[in-house]
Amino acid sequence: MKALRLGALLAASIVLLGALLFACSDPASEIAAESVLHRGLSSDPESLDPHKARSVQAAEVLRDIGEGLLAYSATGELVAGTASEWTISEDGLTYTFRIREDARWSSGELVTAPHFAFSLRRLVNPATAAFYAQMLGDIVNAKDIISGELPPAELGVEAIDERTLVITLERPTPYLLSLLTAPSTFPVHPGSIAEHGDAFTRAGNLVSNGAYKLDAWEPGSVVELSRNEYYWNNAGTAIDNVWHHVITQEMTELNRYRAGEIQITGSVPPDNFAQVRQEYPEELHIAPYLGVYYYGFNLTKPPFRDSPQLREALSMAIDRDVLVNSITGRGEEPAYSWVPPGVDNYEPRRFIYAEQNQEERNAHARRLLREAGYGPDTPLQIELRYNTSDTQQKIALAVQSMWREVLGVETTLVSEEFQVLLANMRDREVTQVFRSSWIGDYNDAHTFLSIMESGNPSNMPGYESGKFDDLMRQAADQVEPDRRRLFLEEAERVLLADHPVIPLYFYVSKHLVSPEVQGWGDNVLDYHYSQHLSLAPTAATR
Amino acid sequence: MVHAAPGGPFDDERVLPAEIEENIAAAYHLDEPLHKQFIRYLSGLVHGDLGPSYRYRDHTVGELIGTAFPVSLKLGAMAMLLALVVGVAAGSFAALRRNTLLDRSVMAVAMTGISIPIFVIAPLLVLLLAVRLQWLPAGWSGNVGATKFVLPVIALALPQIAYIARLTRASMIDVLASDFVRTARAQGLGTTAVVRYHALKPALLPVLSYMGPAAAAILTGSVVVEEIFGIPGLGQFFVRGALNRDYTLVLGIVVFYAALVVLLNLVVDILYGVIDPRIRQR
Repeated sequence: MKALRLGALLAASIVLLGALLFACSDPASEIAAESVLHRGLSSDPESLDPHKARSVQAAEVLRDIGEGLLAYSATGELVAGTASEWTISEDGLTYTFRIREDARWSSGELVTAPHFAFSLRRLVNPATAAFYAQMLGDIVNAKDIISGELPPAELGVEAIDERTLVITLERPTPYLLSLLTAPSTFPVHPGSIAEHGDAFTRAGNLVSNGAYKLDAWEPGSVVELSRNEYYWNNAGTAIDNVWHHVITQEMTELNRYRAGEIQITGSVPPDNFAQVRQEYPEELHIAPYLGVYYYGFNLTKPPFRDSPQLREALSMAIDRDVLVNSITGRGEEPAYSWVPPGVDNYEPRRFIYAEQNQEERNAHARRLLREAGYGPDTPLQIELRYNTSDTQQKIALAVQSMWREVLGVETTLVSEEFQVLLANMRDREVTQVFRSSWIGDYNDAHTFLSIMESGNPSNMPGYESGKFDDLMRQAADQVEPDRRRLFLEEAERVLLADHPVIPLYFYVSKHLVSPEVQGWGDNVLDYHYSQHLSLAPTAATR
Repeated sequence: MVHAAPGGPFDDERVLPAEIEENIAAAYHLDEPLHKQFIRYLSGLVHGDLGPSYRYRDHTVGELIGTAFPVSLKLGAMAMLLALVVGVAAGSFAALRRNTLLDRSVMAVAMTGISIPIFVIAPLLVLLLAVRLQWLPAGWSGNVGATKFVLPVIALALPQIAYIARLTRASMIDVLASDFVRTARAQGLGTTAVVRYHALKPALLPVLSYMGPAAAAILTGSVVVEEIFGIPGLGQFFVRGALNRDYTLVLGIVVFYAALVVLLNLVVDILYGVIDPRIRQR
């Protein structure tokens, strides 16, 4: 009897709980007739204002809702975007763009050349506080506007008429066209900024010119997009709705992919990689990516200041094959250069020792260490800093043991939270060897080489070489791409010979792509516009 | 104190040119001396304005808490309800069958529930129920309905169920041995009536006073659960905020949590008076 009563109480409570659950369900989520693509996104976009956005994740969403003068194809070739055609003057300093006649905002208004001029001026305006303002640093007067010495109206960008935009440069910048695919150069809608101010990026306010428009954004959960009926290539856009699901944990993302809740993942967790490769051999996409994982030396303090042999010895003694095969294991490429392979119109230089086998390198490294003044009687003790994470830890341990076995160097490992490590790298006070990485901003060797110029804020080692800087300056003055390339390659050779950094491996992009998703193309930039994709008929109504 | 952690909200491997850093710092008043920033923050707080988020640049802290708190609240309320119902039922059940095999097994399960942390239980649940059996969704998303609550709520409630069951059992055994229960029995009342009308209410007192700490435990537990299931609740924003050096977001959530805990304790104190006549009289 009493058990019955308790049972009844329990049942009643469960019904209550069920009712509560039901109350939380969202009827709007059951879309039936339109096709929906579900993509994983590893963090929230920090902003959908193209001038305030910074992260890879924000860019991924922005490439769906906006469009620059140019764009990339599914396989990573530069193609026309909102501009249908363009001409470049002979001195490489003046670019003239023709805006498409049928380019329209999601509100139906035409996208015009003055809109682009407005947007580019807003990007360099100090009041906008844009992270990527320096991206346009080579446009006439841009640097002075960023530092507040000239008004934004002085920028070398001019709308000749409604459809013609002229950009004037201070020096030839052959990668300008690829810069103009970047979200920070997308047009913003002047009318809605005037009306809503900072709130112009809210769903309902945001007017954009890409294949999709913003329907809703629930921070930490999902960014929902739907077809922009006014997009000039709307007829060529297959999928009606795109949902970017914010999933910060790679493991959660994998589980949701397995459960069929998302069709494209942003990554694959390292610990499950072998298993995933076995389970989904057809759905796993691994492709070279424009990113380098490296260890840097603090060149402003002993023992690494003025000691290139020591730096070279440490670089040679690391068996990169072990790192990429046994630790990262996701198809990464061992790095013997600074610029990754796959960059347009460029052939990366390599360390001289790249052709030797590891035995020869080790012998050579021991010799160099002796020359640098270290040996059994004068042992070297160094410190290696990395940001707290499983992979960084494993790599640091492996490197520590390689340095000990090959060179007898004792390494203290210091694991720090990412922001702490960043602060220490920038201060160059306590660091000796530190782990860092660089991801290319555009498909040109310049994005990797330029950060090693003296005084570049991202030059973490504090590398300063007059020879390297000269070569970079000369490269910047070249109009002819092949001549420019020779200077850049020579600059990389100089850089490698000085060993300010130890490139360890080049990143790869890693995605699981469901078989129903069609039109996926692997590319070095890892850009995957939703408008290039389509869903197989069986899945279209899921 | 938040500012004492090295690194800033806008730091990245992609270090910005000095003039751009200055522009950004100026836009967020980070270029002012700390005391000025503090006064600016306090005066905002008085007006109910928790300031802009540095990481979620399109949102204010108030808005983020506004969207995240209902999610955490739903999750927490459901977990609390589940914990109470199942915990009290299991505890009473065990007390009535004291020292039998059933009692022992319920208590053994409860002990395991207390000892195993959420971050172990939750992935196990996902692996079994979502990935292997595919009964429930593996994570949080707009494209699944109410079922998305089930796993997180269970994961969050389990340790509390265990704790409440043990509490109820102990206090129920105490109460059942007390004089007034013996009197009631002597008057010929059956076990059900005794438990229902006489024993349950006093036996629930320790459980009630545990509600305050339980609410706090569920709040902190939801930080872990939200991280594992990817739920857009307060806990997730708190963790991200701390890692991103999103000072205003972290401060805002702390202020909010503090107000919430004070409020919950007040509610528990008032409820105490409602249930226990001895406290009302004093």
